Amino acid sequence: MDFALSEEQRMLQDSISGYLEGGSSLECVRQVAEGGGVRADDVWQELAGLGVHGVLIDEDYGGVGLGHLEAALIAEALGATTTPVPYVASSIMAPTAIAAAGSSEQKESWLPRIAAGEIVVGVGVTEQIGRRESDGITSAGGNLTGKAMFVLDGAEADAYLIASDDGAMHMVDSGEVERQRLKTIDRTRTVAEVTLNGAKADTLSGSTTSREALLATIDVGRLILAADTLGAAQTMLDKAIDYAKERRQFNRVIGSFQAVKHMCAEMAAELEPCRSMIWYAAHAYGAIPEEGRAMACHAKAHLAEVGQFVARKSTEVHGGMGITDLLGLHYWFKRIGFNRQLLGAPELVREEAAKAQGWI
Amino acid sequence: MDLEYSPEYQAFRDEVRQFLGEHGSKAPRPQGGDDRMQPRDWQQLLIEHGYAARTIPREYGGYGAEPDILKTRIIAEEFARARVPPGHSGDNRLVPTVLELGTEEQKRKYVGPSVRGEVSWCQGYSEPGSGSDLASLSTKAELDGDEWVINGQKIWTSGAKTADMMFCLVRTEPDAPKHNGISYLVFSMDTPGIDVRPLVTMTGEAFFNEVFFTDVRVPKDQIVGKRGEGWFVANTTLRYERGGLGDPNEAENRFLRIVDMMQRETVGGVSLMENPIYRDRLLKLQARILAMKFNGMRVLSHNIKGEEAGLPRWIVKLNGCELNHQMAGMAVDVMGELGLLYDGSPYLRDHGFWQARYMLDLGLIIGGGTAQIQKNMIGERALGLPKEPKYDQAAA
Repeated sequence: MDFALSEEQRMLQDSISGYLEGGSSLECVRQVAEGGGVRADDVWQELAGLGVHGVLIDEDYGGVGLGHLEAALIAEALGATTTPVPYVASSIMAPTAIAAAGSSEQKESWLPRIAAGEIVVGVGVTEQIGRRESDGITSAGGNLTGKAMFVLDGAEADAYLIASDDGAMHMVDSGEVERQRLKTIDRTRTVAEVTLNGAKADTLSGSTTSREALLATIDVGRLILAADTLGAAQTMLDKAIDYAKERRQFNRVIGSFQAVKHMCAEMAAELEPCRSMIWYAAHAYGAIPEEGRAMACHAKAHLAEVGQFVARKSTEVHGGMGITDLLGLHYWFKRIGFNRQLLGAPELVREEAAKAQGWI
Repeated sequence: MDLEYSPEYQAFRDEVRQFLGEHGSKAPRPQGGDDRMQPRDWQQLLIEHGYAARTIPREYGGYGAEPDILKTRIIAEEFARARVPPGHSGDNRLVPTVLELGTEEQKRKYVGPSVRGEVSWCQGYSEPGSGSDLASLSTKAELDGDEWVINGQKIWTSGAKTADMMFCLVRTEPDAPKHNGISYLVFSMDTPGIDVRPLVTMTGEAFFNEVFFTDVRVPKDQIVGKRGEGWFVANTTLRYERGGLGDPNEAENRFLRIVDMMQRETVGGVSLMENPIYRDRLLKLQARILAMKFNGMRVLSHNIKGEEAGLPRWIVKLNGCELNHQMAGMAVDVMGELGLLYDGSPYLRDHGFWQARYMLDLGLIIGGGTAQIQKNMIGERALGLPKEPKYDQAAA
């Protein structure tokens, strides 16, 4: 019985964070965000070298074959530094779908390239969670028709994993689709609108008879977005505490005022249990299957709520400077906002948690 | 992450279960019964098996085991699961304090009888003028020959009506700085000059009392630790109070009762669980309870390894009490108009448990260090934010 990270997991955390603190500096984030770029290419390559893109991919397919807790720790580090590279869709959801539902040829064809960082795979599953500006996606005779909205990591993808309305998942080459990047508040990750006009699709054969693989793909995406929010919110809180220790007004540092101190304490009291929740949810995803879905949904929804609270309050601790571009705090604020809505806003995801527990 | 128990602990859990299977039905109950043991006999049986007073040395009446946090937890879990009343360690504030700082004579005189349940204790700390600022307390004790003479008043003294003894903070050095002028005395509640008056709270019950002292004379040697060092003696006690372990799954079990209620109770023939707004509130609450459950597992793992848990421990009182209160509030709202019923009214659900908890749990947010004091401690001790300037410094 030990509810803690292992030595190896702490080393992984240290090596990824250690690299990203310098590699994905605020200057780097600004460069990508302000330049309208899709990713920080040198960071992407460096992370490939560290095995990040193959974290969940089996060693037989060129990955490092680690677990969901390791994947969550990487997401946390990426969120902490608002690193502008694809991760949740390309490195986590797509490999999960392919590993769960792909044939051995499909695994052989896609997984090694994803693990090596040779390709980026965008993921379009929004229509199967909460359809808005789309009539859905139909699959007929190996061709897809329809519109996939909010395709994650979608602006620069070499290929797409698209879920059709029947619950099947398909690999589609980027040359087969029309895509348009959608501008969002968060410029550190991309989403796209992908239009399919009878696009040639390589259907993941295991996904044609059961929705399980699709649901597992969405679950893991939710878990990883939640872990990203944990990292981003922790950085915002750390910055707020540092600021409260330095900023002086009325001849005192503002952190000595209870009004400010209590805001910091409330943020810490809300956020710290989230770390344990992410650890448990990530552990449960692999080790306690009957709890996996409910925990992934709870983690997603709860981190969305706590993340929003911390984003707002830590900005307030910074006073007027908090809302300036100069300080750059808004990159974390927006990252948390992005994670909240994608793959299901909290109200929708809590309903999923209720279903997963058999309450409705 | 390893959530499995090693074979040694699994075997220990089996052993506790076996004991409870054999003896659980004989445990004392408030309503009694012929086949039930008397509380003191039950306690003695638990001590013999190492399920009560587990780490208290044998020479002072305990079982004398090495401290093992996981075993302590397994005992608490299994007794709760079997709904069998757990044993006690005398008093989880007084006994550890005496064992650590008392004289040999005090250990022999107080620990054994407390552990056996022959002597019960109440705590005399808070005063009308000294709540959060406890160290400003003014109940005084003056030495007159071989006796302390105590005058003053305590408040929020739970169990004072039934307790045999009190451990009490009194001011013995009026000229010393406030933290250095306090002593820790222990004395019988039968001592002449003690007047206990029940303090009725909003629940309608008098769990707490006010205790008045008028020329109460206590033998000089009934001081624990040195004269003037009572504040530090008491902090030893507070440390143990925080370390005390009830049922670790209590919050989650209480939550599951609300789930049951939502499935059972209907409005206009529709169960509350089918109402999406109530359901969303339930799920929000569940997420916070789960997060604190896992936080508790993390703290436990630190404790097992002898590590300081830091922030995860500092937030437990604040969040735990708040969540209990929110659960009670939710349950009352699930009942709607039925949630107003009280005092044994017809239609009352769960014997009015939730209505009482809603009021009691608000008291627990305030007692034992208010939520605001907790936030100060989190801010200052865990996050390293500076203290509020002292009033006299600010004036200077």
